[in-house]
Amino acid sequence: MLQDFLNQILPSTVGGLVIGSIYALVALGYTMVYGVLRLINFAHSEIFMIGTFASLVLLTAIAPAAPATFGIAMIGTLLLCMVVSAIASGGAAVLLETVAYRPLRKRGATKLAALISAIGASIFLQELFALEIIPWLTDKPGRNQASAPRFVPRDELFHIGNAAVRLDHVIVIIAAVLVMIALDQTVSKTRIGRGIRATAQDPEAAVLMGVSIDNIVRVTFLLGGAMAGVAGALYLMEIENTVFNVGFVLGIKAFTAAVLGGIGNLRGALLGGIVLGLIENWGAIFLGSQWKDVIAFTVLVIVLMFRPTGILGESLQRARA
Amino acid sequence: MSGARLGRVLVLAAAASLVLGACAGGGGGSSSGGDATTVKIGFMGDLTGENSAIVIPPRNGAKMAIAEYNAKNPKTKIELVEYDSQGKPDQATSLITKAVGTDKIVGLIGPAFSGESKAIGAQLEENKIPSISPSATNPGLAKNGWKYWHRVVANDNDQGPGIAEFLIKAKSPKKAFVLSDDQEYSVGLAEAVAKTFKDKGVAVETDKFAKDASDYSSTVSKVKSANPDVIVYGGYYAQLGRLLKQLRDGGVTAIVASGDGSLDAQLISGAGQAAAEGAVLACPCNIPSADVTGNLKTFFDNYKKSANADPAIYSTEGYDAATAFIKAVEGGNTTGEKIMDFLKTVNFEGVSKPIKFKDNGEPEANSIFIYQVKGGVLKLLGPSAEAKLEG
Amino acid sequence: MKGDEVTSEETTPRRNPFSAIGHGIDVMRDWWEHAKVWQRYLVYIGAVVFALILPAPAIGSFMSPGADWTSVLVYPIGTYILLAVGLNVVVGQAGLLDLGFVAFFAIGGYNVAYFGTQYHWNYWATVVMGIAMAAVSGVILGAPTLRLRGDYLAIVTLGFGEIVRITANNADVIGGARGITNVPHPPPIFGTKFLLDPAPYYYLMIVAIALVIIFSVRLQKSRVGRAWAAIREDEDAAELMGVPTFKFKLLAFAIGAMIGGLAGGVYAGKAVFIEPNTFPFILSATILAAVVLGGSGNLPGVILGAFLIGWLPERFRDFAEYRILIFGGVLVLMMALRPEGLLPSRRRKAELREGTGGMGAMGAEVAGPTTEASAEVNQ
Repeated sequence: MLQDFLNQILPSTVGGLVIGSIYALVALGYTMVYGVLRLINFAHSEIFMIGTFASLVLLTAIAPAAPATFGIAMIGTLLLCMVVSAIASGGAAVLLETVAYRPLRKRGATKLAALISAIGASIFLQELFALEIIPWLTDKPGRNQASAPRFVPRDELFHIGNAAVRLDHVIVIIAAVLVMIALDQTVSKTRIGRGIRATAQDPEAAVLMGVSIDNIVRVTFLLGGAMAGVAGALYLMEIENTVFNVGFVLGIKAFTAAVLGGIGNLRGALLGGIVLGLIENWGAIFLGSQWKDVIAFTVLVIVLMFRPTGILGESLQRARA
Repeated sequence: MSGARLGRVLVLAAAASLVLGACAGGGGGSSSGGDATTVKIGFMGDLTGENSAIVIPPRNGAKMAIAEYNAKNPKTKIELVEYDSQGKPDQATSLITKAVGTDKIVGLIGPAFSGESKAIGAQLEENKIPSISPSATNPGLAKNGWKYWHRVVANDNDQGPGIAEFLIKAKSPKKAFVLSDDQEYSVGLAEAVAKTFKDKGVAVETDKFAKDASDYSSTVSKVKSANPDVIVYGGYYAQLGRLLKQLRDGGVTAIVASGDGSLDAQLISGAGQAAAEGAVLACPCNIPSADVTGNLKTFFDNYKKSANADPAIYSTEGYDAATAFIKAVEGGNTTGEKIMDFLKTVNFEGVSKPIKFKDNGEPEANSIFIYQVKGGVLKLLGPSAEAKLEG
Repeated sequence: MKGDEVTSEETTPRRNPFSAIGHGIDVMRDWWEHAKVWQRYLVYIGAVVFALILPAPAIGSFMSPGADWTSVLVYPIGTYILLAVGLNVVVGQAGLLDLGFVAFFAIGGYNVAYFGTQYHWNYWATVVMGIAMAAVSGVILGAPTLRLRGDYLAIVTLGFGEIVRITANNADVIGGARGITNVPHPPPIFGTKFLLDPAPYYYLMIVAIALVIIFSVRLQKSRVGRAWAAIREDEDAAELMGVPTFKFKLLAFAIGAMIGGLAGGVYAGKAVFIEPNTFPFILSATILAAVVLGGSGNLPGVILGAFLIGWLPERFRDFAEYRILIFGGVLVLMMALRPEGLLPSRRRKAELREGTGGMGAMGAEVAGPTTEASAEVNQ
């Protein structure tokens, strides 16, 4: 057992960091929307799914037929994927907000009603993709897994103990961290970011100060969606497969990560994602990979028992009852 | 839309003719106008859900057999009624009640999967409806004492040892790693494989992951740390595709084998050609490819014409299951009980294998065929006893 | 700029097609408030008679052309109703968001299956055991988590539902992924044998639903129900007024769990075979949707919601693949048009308008002259 542990701890850590980075990026969308609207945006997992398919379509279209090698073309493709997915997901998120949430907000509906609308939208988007959009995009039955060509080589860059760190690992982690720093700066430094924080803290006061709530909500969905899009691009680069319900499990994990880190807290989402990815993989060494999800949720319950607002606490806004 | 309406008209017509036939007072009436009577055979399985790739080929096979039969203008025509259970036991339960109560089917091809078979087996038994599954491979199904239940495919207790023994013969491994996801079929097959390995003195390590997981990094590091000679995965192609890719990327080079659930071209597209190359797949099914001869060739050509696709997994089994019912009906057996009696003694050379049932409903023939991914396509190496790995 | 897109074809843009229905419901509700005892009993008897003749084939051929109607009435419709009434105690009455309700359904089902097949207990004993175990697990789940506020509770309960399912999937003692086959049927009652014909199960289901409804109504009108309403409307105020909020929340969880367990027991008695995949997360979401769609907190509404959500996909089997898509779309549309549900109770409606009931209003919304929340008050 100890030998197993020593053999597996380092490779598992690398794997945990990679998947944790993706959780963190998706978690940002949950956290931002929750911070501003106090709404669990259940359909965010489908926004992520749309991001994976945007990259898939792009990759299939430009078809890097040559064996994947490191170079300008690879970096260009990667950036293009991230941008295209971010646009697709961000756009879808704004559309989602307009269709599924805005009418409810205007009627002063409860969060519960909004949650049901979110679940409905999630089901709707999944089925829409499975029945119409995926067959149209890929010419294959919509519930089948779709595969992307490889464009990032799996070159081993260096070893940490017995763990090989590959180029794709480094790309996922670095890209996730850079994108998150950019978002953090946007929210803390820019005018629109101030608007988001003001709305999260006290919407009524924000309105009085001349903030347009509708715009802020739209921007929040756009930014959160774009993060999910980047996550989708990185996910597709790493896993190279996607399917209409790819977002479901990942979405639940990412939401767990957001709560774990402290929902509404951007840095909490990063921390929560990484912690969740690591703990899952470490736990799997002892218990087997089938218990990953149970480990994740158990850790969540334990953390919440001792820190009821997550590891870093809520901070995009102060907690409102 | 018009297709659906036409279907409904046909159903109505069939129902009407049944009623007329019944009114006319049995056998005497039907001979008068040359009007053929119709019996209904059901087909149940996942036709639109996530594993429909395994169920549509046998459905096409069955459809084709029945179309061929009806084209001969027999005295009693057969109508195939499809029930899309999506592989869900709940759906299967309410559909079968309808099939038995309203549609009055006299036989059922399916259910395609084991879970739904478990859920409705007792109901078929009580209503005396014989069933022949083309693809349910759970070993436990034959142990329920169901008289009316049959299948034309070897079960996982043949398949699991088949894979393990083949690998032992081909690679004489010291250590095997057996993987599965958490679905019933996967777990059962993986356990059967692991048991055979252990019985033959091969050390076994295992891991299992959730069916919807997509990041297998912890599994890969387990496998890598164990450094096995062979890896067997029990489960379906979607998961194996991702797994293979991640294993190979993670630097695991040992041979990977799996069972019938992974025998699909999508395995190669999912894993990528490089990662899939050399993967070994066992299946109690015999899938004809373009280069077959004789009966299989005829089947291949006809199937391609009628289904507009190459024969795939269990298409021959679907055809054979339907043929068994056709032979029963041809022999003048048009009630569940009579068909059942006929099936007890049925014995013919099917497309997939000789069709003959044991008392518990299992097929007499239980050979396992070995396939290997070669140059990006699935290639049949032969029955497990004779097959030789290439490279 | 206020959701008018949805209703722009109406002559009066403020009204949506549901407001007329809402008015009709109010009239009926007023009549009911002032109805005499005998009138009320007439309605009760009418409801029972209606339930008894519902499985008639003449009704079934319209209601469910694609599958056996009586089977559909047992599952999904009856089971959904039972579950929705149970979840309504938690969500509608106590105002706690539970996204893992299916866990209790699973626990009830597994108890019946496990003790029935392994120890050959009497069916009714296993049902009672299932209810008890569900209550215990409700308390085990609730004790550490009920101090959490709304949305944290949602994710924790969601996690609990998944933990139960995954554990069942990987625990070989209870069959693992194989599930449990040959679950015993209930023993005969009054000479009615429970075999494969769905009709006896339907009547059993009716009895269970009736008992649970009576129980739920009695609770609602008792001190407990008033405490729940207080917690739902303002937890802090309730605590200050001396309501032991934690205890009452735990009680709501336990009672909801018991009803879920009962539903699981009845279901397993008919199903013959249960497996972990019978209890996916989406079922929790579906039941929650039924409660909210019908009108959280109002029993007739909840029952109607569960009926519709169980029935519509069966009725529209013709649309085969598209029915789930339509289901999702209908949820979005219904929430946009009538977020308070089809048949909300008047009190809940008022609460929701103030944004106090249940989980409160969404953030980032400032009530103003253009907010439609006040539009319906004036009617």
